[in-house]
Amino acid sequence: MTAASGTSLWRELIHKPFFWGIVAIVALLALNVVKDPAYLAMTVNPNNGNLVGNLIDILRQAAPIMMIAIGMSLVIATGGIDLSVGSLMAVAGAVSMEFLNAAGDSASVGVAFAAAGLALLITAVLGAVNGVLVAYVGLQPFIATLVLMLAGRGIAKVITGGQNTAASNDPFRWISNGYLIGIPVVFILAVLIVIVVGWVVRRSALGLMIEAIGINPKASRMAGIKPKGLLLTTYILSGILAGIAGIMSVGSVMTVDISRTGYQLELDAILAVVIGGASLAGGKFSLSGAFVGALLIATLDKTVLFLGVSSSATPAFKAIVIVVLCLLQSERVRSWFRTRRKEKPAAPEQKTVKEEVQA
Amino acid sequence: MTALTAARVRDEPVAILDRVRRMIQANPSVLPTIASVVIFVGMVVYGEVAYGRILQASTLSNLLINNAHLIVLAVALTFVIITGGIDLSVGSIIAFSSVAGVMLANAGWNAIAVMVVMVGIGALFGVVSGVLIRYFNVQPFIATLAMMFLGRGLASLLSTKPERLGEDSPIRWIGVQLKIVDGPKVNDLVITPAVIIAVIVVLAAFFVLHRTRTGRTVYAIGGSESSALLMGLSVQRTKVLVYVISGALAGLAAVLYTARLGTAQNITGIGWELDAIAAAVIGGTLLTGAYGYVLGSVIGALVLGLMNVLITRDGGIPPEMTTIITGGILLVFVLLQRAVTRKKE
Repeated sequence: MTAASGTSLWRELIHKPFFWGIVAIVALLALNVVKDPAYLAMTVNPNNGNLVGNLIDILRQAAPIMMIAIGMSLVIATGGIDLSVGSLMAVAGAVSMEFLNAAGDSASVGVAFAAAGLALLITAVLGAVNGVLVAYVGLQPFIATLVLMLAGRGIAKVITGGQNTAASNDPFRWISNGYLIGIPVVFILAVLIVIVVGWVVRRSALGLMIEAIGINPKASRMAGIKPKGLLLTTYILSGILAGIAGIMSVGSVMTVDISRTGYQLELDAILAVVIGGASLAGGKFSLSGAFVGALLIATLDKTVLFLGVSSSATPAFKAIVIVVLCLLQSERVRSWFRTRRKEKPAAPEQKTVKEEVQA
Repeated sequence: MTALTAARVRDEPVAILDRVRRMIQANPSVLPTIASVVIFVGMVVYGEVAYGRILQASTLSNLLINNAHLIVLAVALTFVIITGGIDLSVGSIIAFSSVAGVMLANAGWNAIAVMVVMVGIGALFGVVSGVLIRYFNVQPFIATLAMMFLGRGLASLLSTKPERLGEDSPIRWIGVQLKIVDGPKVNDLVITPAVIIAVIVVLAAFFVLHRTRTGRTVYAIGGSESSALLMGLSVQRTKVLVYVISGALAGLAAVLYTARLGTAQNITGIGWELDAIAAAVIGGTLLTGAYGYVLGSVIGALVLGLMNVLITRDGGIPPEMTTIITGGILLVFVLLQRAVTRKKE
């Protein structure tokens, strides 16, 4: 009895979209442990009771990726794409740093809130531009957002006057460097936002409507959903989440690097979504999957760095992963698996079959 | 008799206007191309009036020399966009191909072999994108986005510093300026082998697109892929082919650019995919496919090049604004296209 329920639980877990993501995280961590047996060790800083360790670093790095991955999940579920998230992160960083630099008050909580609010307002407006172009003008999503992906970095440069602006403000810095009950604030914040967004879209019909648009916009309109307003909302949300990610990533160093903040992070977001089991063709999303995907990417980043490969080369690895995932999603590869399985139902043959497919 | 010729002279401009109007009515998608010609002429006139020294041999030949690679890229994108696809990887292909090429040349490889390898690298990227799109139904922008990051990552893996091409490398000959007309002072009509190569590419592309089966198939795929398939056209082969053409031309653009500049770096070509797409779109290529003119894309590339010249001459506009302006122009033209195609529907 217990064995039977155990296997069904196991089977359910395997069929979760993020199962393979968790397997990959464990594999990467194992790789790190092989290189350095003390890799997973976590210590408590005796001075302030904060947790210190590589795992904590991974959680901290994963937070901005989670933000853009969640926004991207919803956008991809509508059948669109938002290529501008990385550049919007740079814009949010530039706006907040310029504001803090101009305000000068390095201890005021109000100034920190105003800086964050202004940054989020501007990214929301830019997200709305994407949304209007996609929903009301009817442009292809990748063209509408490509313009902002490339021009957004220009906007950030204009805001800072081409400089890498630095500022000091302790409450703002606390967002990404602070600790609450020993855990990084930035991670707690990210988890909270994921839960809130997930709760709103899954407890209401919103998530279902978003998926309906992705499956068939015409049918969804006939079923009484207003796709235009919902699309606009999705892109605005993606813009705001990218703004939060930008604040998180500039807060740790309190400097915006206009050419590197958020650079190529749109790929990370897309990758996290695909790892989480969503289809790039739209029509379904899984926020928990995107959450695991973001964790996997942060682990991958850290591992590549730990193994001594130049950090600017990581996009190459990610690109290969995304190509493999796209291949696994494609109908042709799936049919290969299906026909092979039909041809050879005997279990002992399975190992050789797998090798053939990989070759 | 005199009255008759006078009447004919007066009639002629009216007749031309009438012909243009009829052409637009018959085929509204010509409008962006005509608009781009008008904009180019307008920019030349404005530049001549506001800053001077635009309409002279040296400025115009520099415009061609500095934008030879962009013209080649615009031609590459024209092929892909006409089929209804997109290629976001051209900028990264240039980065990887030029860094690899310079390193090979400095390692003592033969110049011809290096150039062949550079074009080959581009073609290889194109093959991968094409196969992903054709056999595995990956959306074009996802497949080429992956190639974009792959190329940039591989280039960074090779080197993150600027790689200098040897001073006596034969590759530099492609960027050598040859005087054709020796004008007064520095006002010479100059040309580089790179410009000649770009012109040959444009003519070849024009021939392929408008005079061959392959070219007609490219247009047919953009119009309706399923109809093209039912007509018995080699849709699948052509779909892979356009990405190979685009990749190979990006490799060629890397040769032209590296030869002119003499250095290559892993950050070369960031954002050039936007320039190339913008050039094609300004020149009248519809992003939804099936409409497009190679010669229009060339004008689009020259409009962008001239815009850079004017921004530099003006001095009041910060160089950071360039990408914003390019993005804005692209947006305006896409909206214009949208309006025109909607009216047709």
